[in-house]
Parts: sequence; structure tokens; C-alpha cells
Amino acid sequence: MFFNSLVQTREHQLKLKGAHILLECLKKEKVKAVFGYPGGSVLDIYHALSEHSIKHVLVRHEQAAVHAADGYARATGEVGVCLVTSGPGATNTVTGIATAYMDSIPLVILTGQVPTALIGNDAFQEADIVGITRPCTKHNYLVKNIAELPRIMREAFYIARSGRPGPVLIDLPKDIINQSAEFSYPEQVSIRSYKPTVKGNPRQIQRALDEIMQAAKPVIYAGGGVVLSNASPELQRLARQLSIPVTTTLMGLGCFPGTDPLCLGMLGMHGTFRANMAVTHCDLLIAVGARFDDRVTGDVRAFAPEAKIIHFDIDPTSISKNIKVHIPVVGDCREILKDCLAAIGTKKITRRARAAWLADIAEWKAGHTLDYTQGKAIKPQFVVEKLYELTRGDCIVSTEVGQNQMWAAQYFQFDRPRRWLTSGGLGTMGYGLPAALGAQVAFPKATVVDIAGDGSIQMNIQELATVAQYNLPVKIAILNNRCLGMVRQWQQLFYGKRYSHSTFEQHPDFVKLAEAYGAVGLRATRPDEVEPVIRKALAVKKPVIMDFVVEQEECVYPMVPAGAPISNMMLL
Amino acid sequence: MRHTISVLVDNKPGVLARIAGLFSGRGFNIESLSVNETLDPTMSQMTIVTRGDDRVLEQITKQLNKLIDVIKVIDYEKGSENHIERELALIKVAVTEKCRAELLSIIEIFRCKVIDVGRSHYTVEVTGDENKLNAIIELLRPLGIREIVRSGRVTLQRETRVQ
Ligand SMILES: Cc1cc2nc3c(=O)[nH]c(=O)nc-3n(C[C@H](O)[C@H](O)[C@H](O)COP(=O)(O)OP(=O)(O)OC[C@H]3O[C@@H](n4cnc5c(N)ncnc54)[C@H](O)[C@@H]3O)c2cc1C
Ligand SMILES: Cc1ncc(C[n+]2csc(CCOP(=O)(O)OP(=O)(O)O)c2C)c(N)n1
Ligand SMILES: [Mg+2]
Repeated sequence: MFFNSLVQTREHQLKLKGAHILLECLKKEKVKAVFGYPGGSVLDIYHALSEHSIKHVLVRHEQAAVHAADGYARATGEVGVCLVTSGPGATNTVTGIATAYMDSIPLVILTGQVPTALIGNDAFQEADIVGITRPCTKHNYLVKNIAELPRIMREAFYIARSGRPGPVLIDLPKDIINQSAEFSYPEQVSIRSYKPTVKGNPRQIQRALDEIMQAAKPVIYAGGGVVLSNASPELQRLARQLSIPVTTTLMGLGCFPGTDPLCLGMLGMHGTFRANMAVTHCDLLIAVGARFDDRVTGDVRAFAPEAKIIHFDIDPTSISKNIKVHIPVVGDCREILKDCLAAIGTKKITRRARAAWLADIAEWKAGHTLDYTQGKAIKPQFVVEKLYELTRGDCIVSTEVGQNQMWAAQYFQFDRPRRWLTSGGLGTMGYGLPAALGAQVAFPKATVVDIAGDGSIQMNIQELATVAQYNLPVKIAILNNRCLGMVRQWQQLFYGKRYSHSTFEQHPDFVKLAEAYGAVGLRATRPDEVEPVIRKALAVKKPVIMDFVVEQEECVYPMVPAGAPISNMMLL
Repeated sequence: MRHTISVLVDNKPGVLARIAGLFSGRGFNIESLSVNETLDPTMSQMTIVTRGDDRVLEQITKQLNKLIDVIKVIDYEKGSENHIERELALIKVAVTEKCRAELLSIIEIFRCKVIDVGRSHYTVEVTGDENKLNAIIELLRPLGIREIVRSGRVTLQRETRVQ
């Protein structure tokens, strides 16, 4: 008898329930916050969570859990984590996962699943989430044995953050989570079929440098990869030491200071005149962690037509996918840039030596700056400028999707990376508020602003309850044009002004809505009200909706019609 | 251009779905596919016949390599990779008094086997490269083919020739 119970206690010490193992794994990965929503299949995990030190944020919709984890990941550079139940909980995450996948954001998504014996039986709240998310995750797992959970967790975090980052999903059947096993976390990961290249090939780097040192009209085209690899300091050194102007993609904003004289601003469909002209006329294009997206290239035949193209990227599939690259270097762009800097040493190319090219750019800049004319109504661009001015740019900005997003990109200057959270690749309306929520959880003291559209904000408006509950003082600036502005803009310019189903005839009162959720609501309808509203919002330590009733007809310019050469800009 | 690609993968559930999903999701086509375990039971070998221009083929091999479960990808049409390939077909062909001799001589020439004999039909087994299979099918067609099944292609790298 006595002997028996002794063995049992010893076993008890050694063995842990699956739910506890899961949480211990999160601890080993230094996860500080989990965004989630409970349900039947994950009740055991939630039961264990209640007595665990990991912070859990209860969102109001699983899509928002993923966007919040995504905002957390973009702002911190760490892996974002979320936890949801099986079936509808899992399917609700899909838009969030696809959003993160398109922008290469490291996430681990934990989904509950029906017990192993019921899988495939159309059991209650069963969904084949591994099958559903196969094309929008970097990798995914179904755990079939409690013994493999620690290894799978270790692998998932490693895969999510290494190489080209991305979301990884782990499906957890309820019976597995209830089994007990000894817990030991693997020290190392070894996946024979996954070994991302980190160091660039020295010969390729030398070839690239030979071109860079002799180019007369070079341009650096920097993208999200620079942010993801934290290569901003190295990029700045290279650009300044060799006086090379830099344009960034929407995803790259902030990786090179927006206020630097060498900064050309964003390129592409809504890029600046000088950025698009510089790319069109350069003799060398140095793409760093950018993927030649069609919003950037327009007509590929007319993209950098006179240039040799160098491409630093960690993902071979990004290279020569849309445009033939002359000198590819596969590797982490921070490592590659470091090797470039080491090889260049103290060699310099001064601005004076680069005078002719920089003069061309100055002329393009003087010719067409971003501009708008303020009338009686509030111009949305003015709101963004004021937000920049009154925060002194010292804040994290998330956006929704549409015109609001483009004006935020154009009129806010980002001097630092990881301060700009936007859904670029998928263009997911409803991203901004939950992403701001996630960033605010990571940085409780920072000012976090969601620059929103009146359409998009309604796609995850329920998260007002979350920010109110957790005292997350997110500031939402709605550029309220009473329409789906970007859709309306396309209809105005390309569909003969037939505004088919793009105007809202009914809106909630956003001020009252904010109040109903326990947030603060403010409204501005005249230009002179904009500044006081922003000042008030920044002063309160609560979540705020600022409802800026703006000019409806305003369009985002410059604009390159889809598929046209990027030098073919419609200007104001 | 038509390419034969050999893909060495982890022998795990779901891997085939990943590969098939990659092809359908990215608009690549699969003309033939065969999958089997290798000598090492933790790995499987897939042989995929696909079609596309150089840019598409470059993407196919890169995208395959990007999948976490893929260990190695070889595009046999690229460079001077020397390889042997085989397919197998089972052909159910009509046999009558009049054409029995012709049928048997075709079988002989192509070194096939008759693996099932019925009152009115023989089932013929033939292995070879695609051209050989096509040729025998064309020759048998006038005799009356009732049914054909063809396997996917399998390939192996040739040993480098001894000088
Ligand atoms: C309404 C709307 C309008 C838009 N208009 C524009 C526009 O005018 N201009 C614009 O630029 N975008 C625009 N976009 C965004 C566009 O759709 C793309 O999301 C964006 O251009 C992609 O940015 P990127 O090339 O930097 O790639 P990302 O999606 O950020 O990809 C990162 C690249 O870096 C690589 N990488 C990742 N990690 C590393 C590493 N460690 N080392 C090296 N490389 C790495 C990846 O392999 C990938 O190739 C718009 C989006 C919307 C919704
Ligand atoms: C989930 C989703 N549905 C539809 C779209 C297509 N879409 C792109 S921009 C846009 C209009 C967005 O309207 P609003 O949020 O008011 O922003 P505005 O353009 O007016 O600033 C729409 C519908 C999308 N990007 N995402
Ligand atoms: Mg709108």
C-alpha cells in the first residue's frame, strides 16, 4: 500500500497534464501575453491558465485575437501567440492568419480540436483547421501524442521566427491535452528539411558591391524584410556612407527615417512622384527585403527599365518571381548588409560626388510634393498631419485599409521601424484596432493610434470592449467620409462615377458608440476643431474614438492605375 | 516545357496534401504523380511531371523547397542530370481469332507480358518510358482497347558512367 502511493507521488512530480505542458512551453519561449477566446475544446487549457503567470487577454472575436498577436509581434519583434477553441473559434482565425502570412509576421496559433477518436466524424465543433490553413500558414501541426508536444512547440516557435517569418498553427485535440507526460523542453531544434540560409554568398556580395560602387544613379528599394531582420541601422549606414537615396515599400516604412534627406518616401501605386521617377530612371536598383509586389511595380516591363537589379532576400521564391534579378543574394538582409559594410570599410561616396543624381531627385521633389487644399470641410490628410505634429511622431500607428491607410503612409513620417502596423499584402479591413490593442499590451505606456476608416472600423469594432476592459488607451482616429473611400475612388476614376454600393446611408453615432463601450467619444466637423480634439484625446488615459467628419470626395494622389508603368502617375 | 521533378519528403501524414495544394493554389499543373516510401522509411519519394516555362519551373522548385517537409528537389530536365524513367500501363485489349497473331507479335516486340487472359480480352502489362507506352497503345488501338490504366512516372538518377 505504502509503497504503491510512493510511486504515485513520484510519478506525480514527474508527470504533467498536457495543458500544463503547453503553458510551460510558452514560458520557455518567454511568451508574455496570449490573446484568446475560450470554448469547449480548450477548457482544460483555460483551467490551467487561471493559475499560471502568463498574461491572457480576452478579446471579443477570434479574428481580433490573431490581429492583436500580430500587432504585438510587429511592434516587439517577438512571436505573437493566440489561443482559440475548435470549430468556429478556429475558422474565425483564418483571416487573421492569412493577413500575417502575407506580411511574413511570426505567430503561433493554438487551436483546440475535438478528441482524437472523433476526428473525421463530423463531431460537434469539428473543423479541419490544419487542412483549411495549410495554404496560409508557414507550417502547421496536428498533435497526436502528448509526448511530441514539447518538440512541436519548440519547432513551431523556431519556424515562426526564423528564415522568412510567418504564422504556424498547432491543433490540439482535447484528449491529448488531458493526457499526462513527463515534461522536458528540447534544448535545440533540428529539422532536417528546414535550414534557412542566413549568411549571403561572399562572391555574390562582392559582385553586388562592384555594381554598387560604380553606379551613377543607384536607388535602394527597402521593404518589410529590413524591419523583420532589424537591419535598419545597417541600411542607414550603407545609404549614408554611399549617398544612395532610399525608397521604402508600404511594409518598409520606418526602416529608413522618413525625415532623412536621402529618403524618397514610399514607391508604387500611391508612392511619391520622386520615388517613382527615381526608380524609373535609376541605373542600379538595390532591393533589400522587398518582394516586387504588383502594387509596387505596376507594369513590370516598365519597372526600373534602365537598371541592373540587385536583390537581398532570405526567401529564394521572392527572387526573380516577378522581375528578373541580375545579382541575387540569398540570406538575412542584416547579415548581408553587415558583410557589405565590412567590405566597404571606410570608402565613401559623398553627396557632392553624387550631385547630378541627387539634383535630379531634388527637381522631382520640388515638382510634385504631396499636397492638398484645405477648404471648409476637414481634409483627411490634414488630420494625419496634425496627428503627426501633435504626437511629434512619437507613437505607434496602426491603420485600417483603404484611403485612410494610404494617407497615413503618405502624411505621417516614420523615423523608426516597428512603429507602423498595417495590413499590406492582404489588405484586411478591421486589422487596425485589434493590432493597436496588441501593440498597446506590449507597450502600455506608448501612445498607440489607429488611423481608421469609417467602414473598416466597424469590422472589429467589438474590440472597444477589450481595450476598455484592460484599460488600453488606444486612440482611434476615424477619417469618416461616410463611404468606402478607396472603392469609391476607383469607381470615380475607372468606373464612370457609378458609385455602386460604396456609400453608407446609415452610420452609428461613433461618439455615443465609444461611450457605450466605456471609451471616450469626440467629434470634429470643422478644420479648427481638429487640433483640440486630438489634444484632448492624447491627454486622457482611456481609449478614445475621434470621429473626424471629413471631405467625402477626396482622392488619394498620386495614383498609378493598376498595371500601368509607375511613372504614369495621376497627380493632384 | 515538360519537366520531371523528384521530391524527397518527410514520410508524414498531410505531406501529399501540402504538395498538391501548392500546385493547385499557385496554378501549376501536375500531369502525373507517384509517391512511395524510400529505403529509409522516414522519407517518401515523389515523382511529379509538370509543365511550364523557365520562370514557372524555377518557382515550382523554389516553392517546393520552401515547404518545411520537403528535404530535396531535383528537376531532371535542368542541367545535365542524367536519369532513367519508367511508367507502367495495364491494357485490356480485345482478342479475336483473326488478330491473335498480330497481338502476340506486338507483345513480343515490346517485351510485354500478358497477365490476365479472358475469353474475349487479354490484359497486357507494359513498362517503359512514356514514348514506348504511347507507341504500343497506338499499335493496339486498332485491335480494340477496352480499358487502360497508367501509373505515374518513377525516376532514378543514373550512375555516372565508368570512363
Ligand atoms: C490599398 C493598398 C494600397 C497599397 N499601395 C501600395 C503602394 O503604393 N506602395 C507599396 O509599396 N505598397 C502598397 N501596398 C502594399 C502592397 O500590397 C505590399 O504589401 C507591399 O508592397 C509589400 O512590401 P514588401 O515588398 O516590403 O514585402 P513584404 O511583404 O514586407 O515582404 C518582405 C520581403 O522580405 C523578405 N524577408 C523577410 N525576412 C527577411 C530577412 N530576415 N532578410 C531578408 N529578407 C527578408 C521576404 O522574403 C519578402 O520577400 C498597398 C496595400 C494596400 C492594401
Ligand atoms: C475585409 C475586406 N473587405 C473588403 C475590402 C475591399 N476594400 C478595400 S478598401 C475598402 C474601403 C474601406 O473603407 P473605409 O474603411 O471607410 O476606408 P476609406 O477608404 O474610406 O478611408 C474596401 C471595401 C477589403 N480590403 N477588406
Ligand atoms: Mg471611409
